[in-house]
Amino acid sequence: MSVPISYYLVLSGVLFGLGVVAFVFKRNVIAVFMSIELMLNAVNLAFVAFARAHQQLDGLVFVFFVVVVAAAEAAVGLAIVIMMAQNGQSLNVERVHSLGEGGPTYLPGGSAAEPRESLKS
Amino acid sequence: MIVPLIVFFACAALAITGAIMLILAREPIHSALSLILVMIALAILYLLLGAEFIAAVQIIVYAGAVMVLFVFVIMLLNAGVEERTDYSKLAKYAGVPLGFFLLIEIARWMYGSSAGSAIASGAGAITGAVSTRDLSSALFRQYLFNFEATSLLILIAILGALVLARKNQ
Repeated sequence: MSVPISYYLVLSGVLFGLGVVAFVFKRNVIAVFMSIELMLNAVNLAFVAFARAHQQLDGLVFVFFVVVVAAAEAAVGLAIVIMMAQNGQSLNVERVHSLGEGGPTYLPGGSAAEPRESLKS
Repeated sequence: MIVPLIVFFACAALAITGAIMLILAREPIHSALSLILVMIALAILYLLLGAEFIAAVQIIVYAGAVMVLFVFVIMLLNAGVEERTDYSKLAKYAGVPLGFFLLIEIARWMYGSSAGSAIASGAGAITGAVSTRDLSSALFRQYLFNFEATSLLILIAILGALVLARKNQ
């Protein structure tokens, strides 16, 4: 017998949940972007599973568009990451606050003018 | 025919292992490599679902282009070990159970929903792959405008990336 579609949906849900957990818990900007990619992949799996279940092509076309949007998002997001690194900001998402007013006060050691050595992280 | 089930469970285990490794890895490059593992496992699952074109796109665009971009940026920025921050105890003690609760809840909803159960009761047992020919005719006839809009989106993304990553001044 072939694999029931609900198995794919459960796997998709589990992967999406793991992506959410990674998005919340990762501290590196690049890792946060990667967890977004993981969530998009989980959604793609659900799209393909539904497309097969209903024998409709529209799901596969949507997967195609999701892939394109993910590629565009990765390009722009990584450009922003490079810009942050060029401006000498940390890659830690908790230390990025140059848009805030003077930076937050609740971070120990997170001054507004973070020196370049905190790039690793 | 037990083979599809075995392939499914092997790939599902591979994908979930990769996702957990993405969370646990301290180095961004290890996260990237485990994400590539997830994508390859998903590509095999797409083949199992009969979507060859999507499987090829998954390998070429995701595992090829997008992840190479990620790895390139990681190497360019020399991103080292991720520092563990313990600023929020709330995130640690409330976030982990709530995150896994969300995970289980999504899976339970998908398993128990009317759509899921209707599919589980045999609607999914269809053989016969969706041909790439049908997919491309849908893409270039019914969805032609969306396809062209996508090319515009990619163009804007390239321009935006160029402008953002340019040296200041």
